[in-house]
Amino acid sequence: MNWDWEIFFQDPGGQHTTYLEWLMSAWGWTLSVSLLALLLALLMGFMIGTLRTLPKHPGWVLFGTGWTELFRNIPLLLQIFLWYHVIPALVPPLKELSGFVLVVLALGFFTSARISEQVYSGIRALPKGQFYAAQALGMTTWQSYRYVILPRAGRIILPPLVNEMMSIVKNSSVAFAVSVSELTLFALQVQEETARGVEVYLAVTGLYVVSALAINLLMGQIERRVQIPGLVLPGATGGGH
Amino acid sequence: MIELKQVSKWYGAVQVLNDCSAQIHKGEVVVVCGPSGSGKSTLIKTINALEPIQQGEIWVDSIPLHDPKTNLPKLRSRVGMVFQHFELFPHLSVTENLTLAQVKVLGRSLDEAKKHGLEYLERVGLIAHKDKFPGQLSGGQQQRVAIARALSMDPIVMLFDEPTSALDPEMVGEVLDVMVSLAKEGMTMVVVTHEMGFARKVSNRVIFMDVGGRILEDCSRDEFFGNPDARQPRTREFLDKILHH
Ligand SMILES: Nc1ncnc2c1ncn2[C@@H]1O[C@H](COP(=O)(O)OP(=O)(O)OP(=O)(O)O)[C@@H](O)[C@H]1O
Ligand SMILES: [Mg+2]
Repeated sequence: MNWDWEIFFQDPGGQHTTYLEWLMSAWGWTLSVSLLALLLALLMGFMIGTLRTLPKHPGWVLFGTGWTELFRNIPLLLQIFLWYHVIPALVPPLKELSGFVLVVLALGFFTSARISEQVYSGIRALPKGQFYAAQALGMTTWQSYRYVILPRAGRIILPPLVNEMMSIVKNSSVAFAVSVSELTLFALQVQEETARGVEVYLAVTGLYVVSALAINLLMGQIERRVQIPGLVLPGATGGGH
Repeated sequence: MIELKQVSKWYGAVQVLNDCSAQIHKGEVVVVCGPSGSGKSTLIKTINALEPIQQGEIWVDSIPLHDPKTNLPKLRSRVGMVFQHFELFPHLSVTENLTLAQVKVLGRSLDEAKKHGLEYLERVGLIAHKDKFPGQLSGGQQQRVAIARALSMDPIVMLFDEPTSALDPEMVGEVLDVMVSLAKEGMTMVVVTHEMGFARKVSNRVIFMDVGGRILEDCSRDEFFGNPDARQPRTREFLDKILHH
């Protein structure tokens, strides 16, 4: 096998001066799509997952369950096409949105359904007495969630949440389908132009791996930060048993 | 101060409180006992509306809990509650457990809340542990913190739901001591417990509940313990069981 890494320093012609610069720009798009979709997914996921556990609000519970089942059960690639081709036809103002925004919405909502499921089971895993205790101190339902339920559920679901964050970077590759110039599209185009498929795919693979590792390291730090002293099992009330 | 009038509650088709009426006056200590499943926890939870009722009336300090317009969080902030499994917030330090609701619910400043909370922590003998987390304390210590947390809200009444029954025997005493001193200071207390020693020592009245959620006895402590012949057969049976086992 003869390598030719020099190719990354060649000029592709067009807006990038080297293939390396193009690669970095593509990595930037991958990370931007992932990061924005993640923010949207966390926001919606925590909101929807919480709604599904609200006592005495069957309407919200139904809405949250519907949302989760809808976005979880349609294949992601199909969701991208739905956002790109179908939804703007039904809601004309959305025609103004770029492929980038539509991908962020699609990936964000898809992932929000998965996060909502985790938030839901995280809240369910808490002993019911915690909610009673918060209420008994005079907290409103919102305050009980804000200061007691969600901080605890968030810690319980941190490990699966890290998986979800790593998945979102991998899943962002579907953006190539609507021509967002991220890593996977870069790989497809450049291997065609240069016929150096091996080098191109290895480089792109390397960047996906680096991104995932970075998330893993960062979240490991956070996990250690928020660990509860003296608490071994999630939900254990300790002492006396 | 607390009045229950013909309170009934169902879980689905199962009736768990059956026409319960009782009055608790300011400064009174009332012990509630009865067999497992008789509805003691449910009854005590209705007194701060943690459990809704389907029939009857509950008045706390002249506020009607059965009225949908009542601001329940506000009412609950004035009623202290202590649980069987402590229910401290494990992700918060002892001090934060004491101050959270004072700040967020009563609107006290953090300094004020700390000062106030730590006074109560001192009272239950745990000031040295103020920076620890609940998971680093023994069960008895956790329950004493839970009592201090409830007291920090300056409640008009304290509710206890089997506060010692999840504790190792050697830790029961330290929690009961705190409760006895509270009772002696004149705190109004409703205590679900099978600690008949506590009932004998500080209670004014004893309520006995039987399976099906009915209040079978409601009489003064001296009558309850001193006149066994006047008790219902079910009560005598229950007392026999828990007093000589
Ligand atoms: N959330 C619920 N749904 C359905 N039934 C319930 C619920 N909570 C309690 N019950 C039932 O209501 C009845 C009274 O329960 P409660 O917990 O008040 O009894 P208790 O006297 O406190 O018993 P224990 O001594 O075991 O604590 C029981 O038969 C119980 O099974
Ligand atoms: Mg009980």
